[in-house]
Amino acid sequence: MAAGQSAIEARGVTKIFQGAEQQSFKALDNVSVTIRENEFFTLLGPSGCGKTTLLRLIAGFDFPTEGEILLYGRDIAPLPPFKRPVNTVFQNYALFPHMTVGQNIGFGLEMLGKPRPAIEARVAEMLRLVRMEELRNRKTSQISGGQQQRVALARALAPQPKVLLLDEPLSALDYKLRKDMQIELKRLQHETGITFIFVTHDQEEALTMSDRIAVMSKGKILQVGSPHDIYDRPSERFVANFIGETNFIEATVSGTANGQASVRLSNGAAISAGVPEGFTPSGKVTVVVRPEHADITGDRARSTMTGSLSNIVYFGTDTHYHVKLDGGGEFVVRRQNSRVGGTTHEVGEAIGVAFEEGAAQVLRD
Amino acid sequence: MMPELSRAAAVALAAEQAATSRNRLLTAPALAVITVFGILPLIIIGVYSFLKAAAYGGVVWEFSTDGYLNFLFQRDIFDDSLQFAPDYLIIYLRTLIYSVATTAICLLVGYPTAYYMATRPPAQRNWWVLLITIPFWSNLLVRTLAIMFIIRDEGLINALLIWLRVIDKPITMLYTNFAIMLGLLYSFLPFMVLPLYASLEKLDFRMVEAGHDLYANKRQVLWRIIIPLSMPGIVAGCLLVFIPALGSYVTPLILGGGIHLMIGDLIAQQFGVGRNWPLGSAQALILMAVVLIALYFYVRNTSGQVKHG
Repeated sequence: MAAGQSAIEARGVTKIFQGAEQQSFKALDNVSVTIRENEFFTLLGPSGCGKTTLLRLIAGFDFPTEGEILLYGRDIAPLPPFKRPVNTVFQNYALFPHMTVGQNIGFGLEMLGKPRPAIEARVAEMLRLVRMEELRNRKTSQISGGQQQRVALARALAPQPKVLLLDEPLSALDYKLRKDMQIELKRLQHETGITFIFVTHDQEEALTMSDRIAVMSKGKILQVGSPHDIYDRPSERFVANFIGETNFIEATVSGTANGQASVRLSNGAAISAGVPEGFTPSGKVTVVVRPEHADITGDRARSTMTGSLSNIVYFGTDTHYHVKLDGGGEFVVRRQNSRVGGTTHEVGEAIGVAFEEGAAQVLRD
Repeated sequence: MMPELSRAAAVALAAEQAATSRNRLLTAPALAVITVFGILPLIIIGVYSFLKAAAYGGVVWEFSTDGYLNFLFQRDIFDDSLQFAPDYLIIYLRTLIYSVATTAICLLVGYPTAYYMATRPPAQRNWWVLLITIPFWSNLLVRTLAIMFIIRDEGLINALLIWLRVIDKPITMLYTNFAIMLGLLYSFLPFMVLPLYASLEKLDFRMVEAGHDLYANKRQVLWRIIIPLSMPGIVAGCLLVFIPALGSYVTPLILGGGIHLMIGDLIAQQFGVGRNWPLGSAQALILMAVVLIALYFYVRNTSGQVKHG
């Protein structure tokens, strides 16, 4: 599903909310992004970054101050939400409490003027899809949070929208249920073949579910890419920091070639690092290395950096080794735990840190 | 294991019972007021309605169904036979029509008002509520007299229209059905707006967004989502208008000029100039029965609507 037709395209979208007393808030700042057909696309960022605003503009609940939003090439900005072939799964589901589960799911089709038998059949089909056949005549207040979540999904999918918008739909669920629903959502997206635009602040959720992720901060999209790209090749400090844990190292660029930069770390070691697309680094830069892309070694001569072990933190699946670098600063290495092998280290031990090939990445800022 | 468990359960039960009896004690003042000033008078009225009228008001302690008979029949002064007399029934019917119309118009006028209030920014809403309650700051009698001054032949409206040469003779508004309806509407509108506002203010407007998202246009969202969800407010508002409207006394007396009587005036008459307390008591009880029956059907119907949306 790498290349496909564009389902949603935002072009230079700016949204300014006019507050009281001349205070205005720029929720989106000249955002352009293309979301492909059949893609599971995630808008990821902390609260207030504009991800929900972008979703609401696509749904039609708000209108852009500037720019246009295209649905399959057609500008939908002037259309009210009830004329857009786009449906939303709301954060708190927003199920109609005065209707049964079945009536909720059938509501969209009913409003589209579909004949009664067709609605009944589709509702039954949707209930089967989300595995809730036996709850059709229940009131929405009589079912659990996870079940409400499924009804909300079924309700939004029933009219077969061109694009499904999901506004942090899993945030109200407990951990176990959330994990189940993540898998469920992937299955539904696969089975229905509908383009999903998913909004979340949970980086783990974004990494597990998405085909592509857009990382947002302060009304801008900082980086768009596959989970792999975003994680391994963050282009900016914010992205690197927001997603997973990482080590920042000061470095100086000594040359660039073929999308790789030769950099000299503060301790003098010369390594090669990846460079964000369309960026030519020079002078002082920051390089990031993920904790699991490096290892500690007793062989200080063959390591990239040296230091002493200041802390060992055990996490069950893996162990974090905090290394106090000789040139100052700290570096964290994550090592997978296993029952066999692996050398034991002790706090205070003099040690070396070895980078994996291609572990380092130069940041844009 | 078992004895401990049951002992714990018993302790919990006792604590719960103590709590409920404490709670019951809290309701005692209200219960006392209702008993002394609500139920007791009702019993007295019930008893009076089955007694004979004394010549100059009051009652003679002698069982009689005259109170109820006189409601529908008149005793011929010559041969003492009962003849059907629909006069009171007509007043009841008129009162019912007035009250239903008042309720309906209040709902039509009050709903958009309440919706507008509920959709203002929170800080503004309290000001709107304050504005709606302004009429309560002065006495109903004073306000009704004020209406009289506005709509009478030499009143504000007629004077203005004549001055503007729109009309050359005043339009008679005072002492008409129109005057009574106007007065009732004016007195009861806040009682409709406030409960409607209370229920619309609680309305989760994400429901409205969800409705639009699922292809419902504005009208469909109103009828399929907003109105069903605000049904508790509609029911409360209608009851708060309809029931007092049935018993209104001052408005028809002043604005209707005693020509177009309503039940309240009729009953008051029996205890005053009519000097027929048993008839007045019977009329009061019949009114109450009508209210209760109307209430029963109303609540049954509307709760059904809420359920089946």
